[in-house]
Amino acid sequence: MTVAVTKLRVEDKLFQNRYLVDQGRPHIKVRPHEHPSANLLALTRICPAKCYELNDKGQVEIAADGCMECGTCRVLCEASGDITWNYPRGGFGVLFKFG
Amino acid sequence: MSGEKFDAIVIGAGMAGNAAAYTMASRGLKVLQLERGEYPGSKNVQGAIMYANMLEEIIPNFRDDAPLERHLVEQRFWMMDDTSHVGIQYRSDDFNGSTPERYTIIRAQFDRWFSRKVREAGAIVLCETTATELAQEGGKVIGVRTDRTGDVILADTVVLAEGANGLLGARAGLRQTSTSESVALAVKEIHFLPEDVIDQRFGLHGNEGCVIEAAGTISRGMAGLAFLYTNKESISLGIGCLVSDFAATCESPYELLEAFKNHSSIKHLIADSEVKEYAAHLIPEGGYKAIPALFGDGWVVVGDAAQLNNAVHREGSNLAMTSGRIAGEAIFEVKSRGGRMTKRNLALYKTMLDDSFVIKDLRKYKDMPALLHTNSRNFFMTYPKLMSEASKNFMRVDGTPKIENERATTAAFIKARSRWGLVSDAVRLALAWR
Repeated sequence: MTVAVTKLRVEDKLFQNRYLVDQGRPHIKVRPHEHPSANLLALTRICPAKCYELNDKGQVEIAADGCMECGTCRVLCEASGDITWNYPRGGFGVLFKFG
Repeated sequence: MSGEKFDAIVIGAGMAGNAAAYTMASRGLKVLQLERGEYPGSKNVQGAIMYANMLEEIIPNFRDDAPLERHLVEQRFWMMDDTSHVGIQYRSDDFNGSTPERYTIIRAQFDRWFSRKVREAGAIVLCETTATELAQEGGKVIGVRTDRTGDVILADTVVLAEGANGLLGARAGLRQTSTSESVALAVKEIHFLPEDVIDQRFGLHGNEGCVIEAAGTISRGMAGLAFLYTNKESISLGIGCLVSDFAATCESPYELLEAFKNHSSIKHLIADSEVKEYAAHLIPEGGYKAIPALFGDGWVVVGDAAQLNNAVHREGSNLAMTSGRIAGEAIFEVKSRGGRMTKRNLALYKTMLDDSFVIKDLRKYKDMPALLHTNSRNFFMTYPKLMSEASKNFMRVDGTPKIENERATTAAFIKARSRWGLVSDAVRLALAWR
């Protein structure tokens, strides 16, 4: 692709959205690990809300506040136990104005 | 709600759930519908195109008050490479009649309207309520648990309309969880522009609408599709690819979306627009072969949760609405015969669905997902580039003799795929299409 994608911050995209964050009750959790599996590592690139990031120890961490509840990470990483996934409590999470 | 028992509980207030709840409630069944969003539609994402015929079978006079954006008079399909596109375009004034067959919609608004109809038909709709578990007794589904109370809400039947990322049916062991090969991840933005600017850019008048669907190097070798739909005062656009392809390539979906927006064929269409939302959603892509068990003792599954999506024709919501309606009719039929909601009796849903366009269409394309998925680089990278090159050779006027341009085109195709490869791809495509 010749188009340069510079300075794209997905945070700026998520800023457009409405969320009602359920403080202290993250709906997705990452299993503690030394080294992430290939799929878990892939989430740092392919989660559309960029919820997954690598820490300095090379482990994958999640901040689920911007989650759009699409389920991509669930499809990839729930069966292996890399993550646990539940929907946010009723009314919480992303609120699409247009959808 | 303890002690009360419903004829049916519908999980989810999307297209499938609303169609099912409306069908049953309007026939007098006692229906409870659960929706985890603040309001119906607040968790739902679609492109979105709505097919009138399928809604008409449920609510015949929907045009009176449904929130519709534009009716479609023009469809473009583009095969894109990095700097160009080759396209097919179909536009017809026949789509301007008094009952157009396709509309663009905004789901958050449309679903609120549909849900109002469900309530008017007599169903109880409970929002901000996440169903957490199916309650079973002796292998039969008898109700659901929610995050409101630990008590089971009882019902004769549960209609699972929980969408592409539905948890309940899978966790209860009633169906397989979707695999990364059977779902696509789509990301989407909505861009606002004045109505007259959209009219000008797409050559539209009044409520006419245009859609562009595009495949090619924009998905970077992954099996994928991009779209641009005109709404009244906004443009919905997005791109989706198989989750397994995303995982293999580690391409980022928002970078893909930005590149699509910045493509020279798209950029001018959305120039100066104001982005108001960014959304992501899974789309079932497994087709006929990925359809799970559709019914059992005390339950049926409809819409995206049942993988009922025709990826070839990009029809999802109409299969959802139709499967929801048919499930509702089947449940009503069993009930009115005095039958219990056993697996045996609910098989009527499958029989009726098999007889509809839903299963007939999906069966027709049963080999298509595998073909496109296993050949994604050829279909989404090599051929678009070759098409572009061929078109350029055909158009070019630079003193090169035409015969040489033609030879260059043929040579490029053979070099990229070999004679055998070209014939084989064509035959396999024809067989899968048949």
